[in-house]
Amino acid sequence: MGRPVAIIGVGQTKHGRRMDVSYPELVREAVVAVFNETGLTPNDIDGVVSGTMPSMMEGIALTHFYFADAMQAAGKPIMKTETCGSTGVSIAHTAYYWVASGMADLVLAVGHEKMNEGNSQATMTTVAEPFYQRYFISGAPGVFSMQSQMWMDRYNIPEEKIRDAAAFISVTHHDDAFDNPYAHIKMKVTMDEVKNARIITYPVRLLDVCPNSDGACAVIFASKDMVKKLGRKPAWVKGVGYRGEEYFFGDSDKVVWESAIQAAKQAYDQAGIKNPRKELDVAEVYNPFTFQEMLFYECFGFCEPGESPDMVLKGTFTRKGELPCDPSGGTLCTNPIGATGLIRVAEAALQVTGKAGDHQIPKAKLALSHAMGGVDQFNGIMILGSKL
Amino acid sequence: MEAKEYKTIKTEIRLPYELAYGATWTRFFEGLKNKTIYGTKCTKCGRILVPARSFCPRCFVDADQWVEVSQVGTLIAWCYTNYKYFGMPTEPPFIGSLIRLNGTDVNFLHLMGGFDLNNFDEVKKIIKSGMKVEAVWSDDRKGHIMDIKYFRPL
Ligand SMILES: [Zn+2]
Repeated sequence: MGRPVAIIGVGQTKHGRRMDVSYPELVREAVVAVFNETGLTPNDIDGVVSGTMPSMMEGIALTHFYFADAMQAAGKPIMKTETCGSTGVSIAHTAYYWVASGMADLVLAVGHEKMNEGNSQATMTTVAEPFYQRYFISGAPGVFSMQSQMWMDRYNIPEEKIRDAAAFISVTHHDDAFDNPYAHIKMKVTMDEVKNARIITYPVRLLDVCPNSDGACAVIFASKDMVKKLGRKPAWVKGVGYRGEEYFFGDSDKVVWESAIQAAKQAYDQAGIKNPRKELDVAEVYNPFTFQEMLFYECFGFCEPGESPDMVLKGTFTRKGELPCDPSGGTLCTNPIGATGLIRVAEAALQVTGKAGDHQIPKAKLALSHAMGGVDQFNGIMILGSKL
Repeated sequence: MEAKEYKTIKTEIRLPYELAYGATWTRFFEGLKNKTIYGTKCTKCGRILVPARSFCPRCFVDADQWVEVSQVGTLIAWCYTNYKYFGMPTEPPFIGSLIRLNGTDVNFLHLMGGFDLNNFDEVKKIIKSGMKVEAVWSDDRKGHIMDIKYFRPL
């Protein structure tokens, strides 16, 4: 795994519709927040990693150049990492590898998106090539609703049960978001409201879907020497895993979803985790769609295949449950895509350092963070712990 | 600072591209023009891949054994779409569908159709995963993926 690496500080913007700031100003808000939190200055930073959705989302190419001043990156090594929805976890991995390799001691990772300035589903569609798949893929919801149906069919899960479990996830995460000062959507919803919301792409309804958010997140990764020197409470990187799928959507199984399963396995092996539901204290699972969150529980070994709706309805994954998932409200309530994966990592770091405030899971020591990207193409995991 | 509306600028980027199909996609699309769906067989794993591929994505060997595949298959999953975004190439409402054509080993992505798509409740009564479906051809074929109009329930 290379040298030990820890997260020593995180900064987030207030996420939401942020037409009050230009995009570089939004990025700077997160960068200033992490410097204020850590007491570090741009001079201390050895390298900068940044990332967004595909540039079609931004309307401006080379965003790491556009945000160079906001990230104080001029004169430093800089890299851009871009993997659609999993961008944020990819940024974290890139920063991690940089420090783990011994080439840097302090790396600033910044993820950012202004979803309200562009067109997310039109951008998503450009992930599919224009002579075959693009005609049939209706943005992210289309892909995920097909995946949900295949999952339902495979394990013969009654549609009503899945519908109830998905509504339960929506209700609990919307409640959770009230305790996260940075969350975008703060709205009380009921089971009936979720189940009767407008259909986006069947079976996915409006309240099963994340919002379009503007936001940025900045995280500082440090070597063990730097952790000692700075005397800050670290969130140690215990394991990382990342996998991609074959290109064509119809070529591989999206129920026994290898990229999700293998990314988690790689991270568990590194972290020495055998029984994730017992050993993890909290998980920030990428959940732009309620249905997909349940599939991830199964792919990550939180429960057996086909079992997640029952476990959800029993409350296993609520804040008081056996393995609290997305106590921040998750992607379902806040989705500035290029930042979203890094927010998962940042939330996991806050949890294991006891800094998560009102949504702190008591005594959390080991946390999983995750993001998914592309047309079901990529899955990335980072596991953080309070002890090396 | 709050409650104030700041200025924005509206902008758009349009760029022209000409993407090369290469020999395999060209032959596949020529096939569609002649109401034929071609796949290629991987000589190593034996899978029949459709659309036709120049190489097997798993075995990384050339997949140059051409086979005409069935125009009948099984509906694996479907997605009723009735919203629109900029640049959407298919006019909603439409039903993006994964179809396993008989004798093939991957799911073919296309549309379901041949019935009224405007009322979702009616659509839901007709369309079921696992149902048998068949390709319906366009009269005006150009060597394009939409030469197949859609697949209809059998
Ligand atoms: Zn093969």
